[in-house]
Amino acid sequence: MSNSIVSINQLSKTFHTNKDQVQALRNINLDIQEGEFITVIGPSGCGKSTLLKIIAGLDLDYQGEFLLEGKNVKGPGIDKGYIFQEPRLFPWLNVERNIAADLNIRDPKVREKVDELINLVKLTGFEKSYPRELSGGMAQRVAIARALLRNPKVLLLDEPFGALDAFTRAHMQEVLLDIWKKNKTTMIFVTHDIDEAVFLGNRIVILKPRPGSIQDIVPVVLPIPRKKTSESFQEIRLQVVNEFEKIEALQSAF
Amino acid sequence: MDGSSVELSPRKNSKLVIYLLGAVLPVGALLLWQVFGQLGYISTMLFPTPATIFGAFIQLTTSGLLMEHFQISVTRMVIGFLIGGGLGLLFGIVVGLSKPVEKALDPTVQMIRMIPHLAVAPLFILWLGIGEESKVLLIAKGAFFPLYINTYLGIRSVDNKLFEVARTLGFNRWKLVRLLVIPSAVPNLLLGLRLSLGVSWVGLVVAELMAATSGIGYLMSDARQFNNTPVVFVGIAIFAVVGVFTDTVVRLLEKWLLRWKDSYQG
Repeated sequence: MSNSIVSINQLSKTFHTNKDQVQALRNINLDIQEGEFITVIGPSGCGKSTLLKIIAGLDLDYQGEFLLEGKNVKGPGIDKGYIFQEPRLFPWLNVERNIAADLNIRDPKVREKVDELINLVKLTGFEKSYPRELSGGMAQRVAIARALLRNPKVLLLDEPFGALDAFTRAHMQEVLLDIWKKNKTTMIFVTHDIDEAVFLGNRIVILKPRPGSIQDIVPVVLPIPRKKTSESFQEIRLQVVNEFEKIEALQSAF
Repeated sequence: MDGSSVELSPRKNSKLVIYLLGAVLPVGALLLWQVFGQLGYISTMLFPTPATIFGAFIQLTTSGLLMEHFQISVTRMVIGFLIGGGLGLLFGIVVGLSKPVEKALDPTVQMIRMIPHLAVAPLFILWLGIGEESKVLLIAKGAFFPLYINTYLGIRSVDNKLFEVARTLGFNRWKLVRLLVIPSAVPNLLLGLRLSLGVSWVGLVVAELMAATSGIGYLMSDARQFNNTPVVFVGIAIFAVVGVFTDTVVRLLEKWLLRWKDSYQG
């Protein structure tokens, strides 16, 4: 495995409750190359967030192997940027200080980088605004800038646009693709929206539930920007929908 | 006149009206008091007229007596508050941050808290006499608990979701305290500060009324013995004005420190 940034081999995860054991993930195998945009999709309860938390180092209790750049992950850190479903900004800091967080905004190097990122996520003019003054989409862009400032090896996004309205979501998808093209950051994007998965990913990982395991990996070889109404887009979309129907048929068979 | 000032003036006027509205009741009451007192409807022995009280205030001020006692009272208050409030803040932070320390200290602290604040005043006087120490101790004891409890509560109210963010941003323990825990605790901390100031103020009054040879409270109890009611009223007014003043200062501080907050403003 030469330049894969994330390599997951036979990864399983079991949750232990009082008496019960629930297997959340079983035998996941996934190799992600540097600069890829992976979308992970599946019905609720398929363990997609669990997988993301393991990659982030927020959950270390699993079986099997997971390597980031060939090394074991011992905990969370700035090399694994994490975007939650909610922006989770520090309410007492304004936009630029939220992005800087523990770094000193008066340091010219930090200042320059923060300004660059504010420009990248299109928040120019809102540097001094407080989170309460921002819309959901703007706040999520601040969160993305905060993660990017730390030059993560991989950016993990856990349904980041799930709470946004359709228009804002479409706009945010464009912004994210723009960032990906400019920064070449490896992205792992969890979603339950098929259109979003096809629109963003260069590979779509489809998970099935109980226990969470990979149903299929669909490559998306479409030029960017993609048109959601184009025939080739719809073809891939249909492919994903078909996989979903297979999962459903399997579930109802039980 | 240009458009902007035309638009602004009604707003300014309405603000002024609101202020005047708040003044109607006290000013009206003072006027009635003065008129009824002069007409002999109420006893000027028990309720000296506002003009008499003001006269007493002027006399006390010009003789320098008021300033002398006022300085003594404020000094007691400041020292007691700094000791009690400072310790409350310190203990609140330590107990808030560490579960073992909480288990070791909090039950004892809560037990002492349950003793009515002023019930120990006779004991303090027995121990330390009627000098400065017993008064400062009483004020400090009052200031300690509100700041202790609210600091501790504030630290424990940190949003778990932000805690997770701090982990993904790789904050070490010190950064976690400085950048997440302390800012989260500020609203509670300010509430504790306000309550502490209020309680220490009460402590000061009680200490000075019970046993003292100086201070505004002494001035009042001394005046009571000679049926000098106007001076008692002057004392009450001073306690009220200084109390409102300190509370306003903390509220302004609150407004500035919590300007990021998005809550119902009434």
